[in-house]
Amino acid sequence: MNETRMADNEDHDPAAVVELHDGVVNYAGRRALNGVTLRVTRGQTMAILGANGSGKSTLVRAVLGLVPLTRGHVHLFGIPLRRFRDWKRIGYVPQRLGAGSGVPATVREVVASGRLARRGLFRPVTGADRRAVERALAAVGLTDRARDPVATLSGGQQQRTLIARALAGEPELLILDEPTAGVDAVSQEALAATLRQFTADGGTVLLVAHELGPLASQIDRAIVLAHGTVVHDGAVPVLASNDAYLHPHIHADRSLWGTS
Amino acid sequence: MSLFEYDFLRNAFLGALLVGLLAPSVGVYLVQRRLSLIGDGIGHVALTGVAVGFLLNSSPVLTAMVVAALGAIVVEVLREYGRMSGDIALALLFYGGIAGGVLLIGLDDDDNIPMMSYLFGSPLTTSSQDLIAITVLSAVVLLITVGGRSWLFAICQDEEYARVAGLPVRALNLLLAVTAAVTVTVAMRTVGLLLVSALMVVPVATAQQVARGFSSTMLLAMLLGVFASGSGMYASWRLDVAPGAAIVVFALLVFVVVAAGSSVFRRLRPARQLPHSFPARGATAAPKVVGSLRDS
Repeated sequence: MNETRMADNEDHDPAAVVELHDGVVNYAGRRALNGVTLRVTRGQTMAILGANGSGKSTLVRAVLGLVPLTRGHVHLFGIPLRRFRDWKRIGYVPQRLGAGSGVPATVREVVASGRLARRGLFRPVTGADRRAVERALAAVGLTDRARDPVATLSGGQQQRTLIARALAGEPELLILDEPTAGVDAVSQEALAATLRQFTADGGTVLLVAHELGPLASQIDRAIVLAHGTVVHDGAVPVLASNDAYLHPHIHADRSLWGTS
Repeated sequence: MSLFEYDFLRNAFLGALLVGLLAPSVGVYLVQRRLSLIGDGIGHVALTGVAVGFLLNSSPVLTAMVVAALGAIVVEVLREYGRMSGDIALALLFYGGIAGGVLLIGLDDDDNIPMMSYLFGSPLTTSSQDLIAITVLSAVVLLITVGGRSWLFAICQDEEYARVAGLPVRALNLLLAVTAAVTVTVAMRTVGLLLVSALMVVPVATAQQVARGFSSTMLLAMLLGVFASGSGMYASWRLDVAPGAAIVVFALLVFVVVAAGSSVFRRLRPARQLPHSFPARGATAAPKVVGSLRDS
């Protein structure tokens, strides 16, 4: 017990929004993450880059507690993950809309579910809740599609719906898993503008990407993963923002990042 | 003879209408999860519960509810831990429930257990006390399914997201499972354990053909459920056919009519509301027609 408490407080940094220390994840008998340490400080926009299967999605899922860590520990806003309850401070944008879509749902219904973390269990909707949902819809430019079923939207618009859902909770930290994957240029620009506004208001961003596109100029710090380990930590690598990176068929993980 | 001349007819009708309102309000979450058949599985388990009731000389409805709730919780726990595919879990429920029920009934000395009325429903035996119980349970279920729909929608639509949003996902899942079990046993009286799932699922399948959102699907499905229950009961009274079967046949008829109607409707208005989808075949000619109509 005492030992865990010491581990919890180790390297405690009050400015750190996300801290992962020596994270190891075994996934289906394979080591998906191999001793990764990272720290995102308040107001920072950090990108986790890497090829498919490099462990970058596993990393954010481990940070959120969706995938158990085999070793290492996570702190969110300075609190150990297993004791963290203040989920309204975090807005999570998964790769795509959940699979459970047998019944239609409107864009506004999906976005409104992002407000639940703030609303509390079985509490009625307040005016503030409604305004937050409308603001989130406006922030991603989907106000005029609010009453449409999400299934009728393009991939990029569905991605924007998920971002609006995260924004509706008025979080301090946004965690986005591949927000640019399979998204048209217009939606990528809209995403860049939304994130710019979010960080200008003091928000912190942690995003996973295969390609940064128009986001590249906003990234303060980038981590490149290959086979579950960090191979680059610092400024956005030049390759990540130019065309060569955008084409996965040249095996970015091997030839470009200099591993194996 | 007036329909409401006799108490038993009135009780049967009111009970059926409540069940028609109730079943789709739970079913909409099961359909959203693509677990449409789970209601059937719970119904089969409830049969074991009915048998337990006869064996213990206690209320079969009460024991059915307890056993069905336990069955629903076990399936939910198996689903959560991913130990078993939903398909296999359902198969175990189906066969375990039926076999357990038949086995336990065989142990009872009484040869006159009205098993058919539990399997296929017997709304005409609804007493005034039954009706009160149905009303109270319906109010509780509706409070959960309608009042708690924001949260239940969230866990059914994207469970992982709901977890990151800090919602008590496991508790809500169990609440939904128990609510489904309660609904099955309430509906057992009207449509019977073998057809209860139809009333949970078919009105939802009909509503989602035309509704655009989750809440509107739910509301429309509940109205359709009431309509199917009411017209099925009426047909059963006039034509002297089995009420449970008549209700389900009406629900299916509405489904066929709406499905056919909405596909015709969609063909007449090709892709107008879907500017981002590819134009339907033959739609390239459509703008010309519209243009010429406008010109004239």
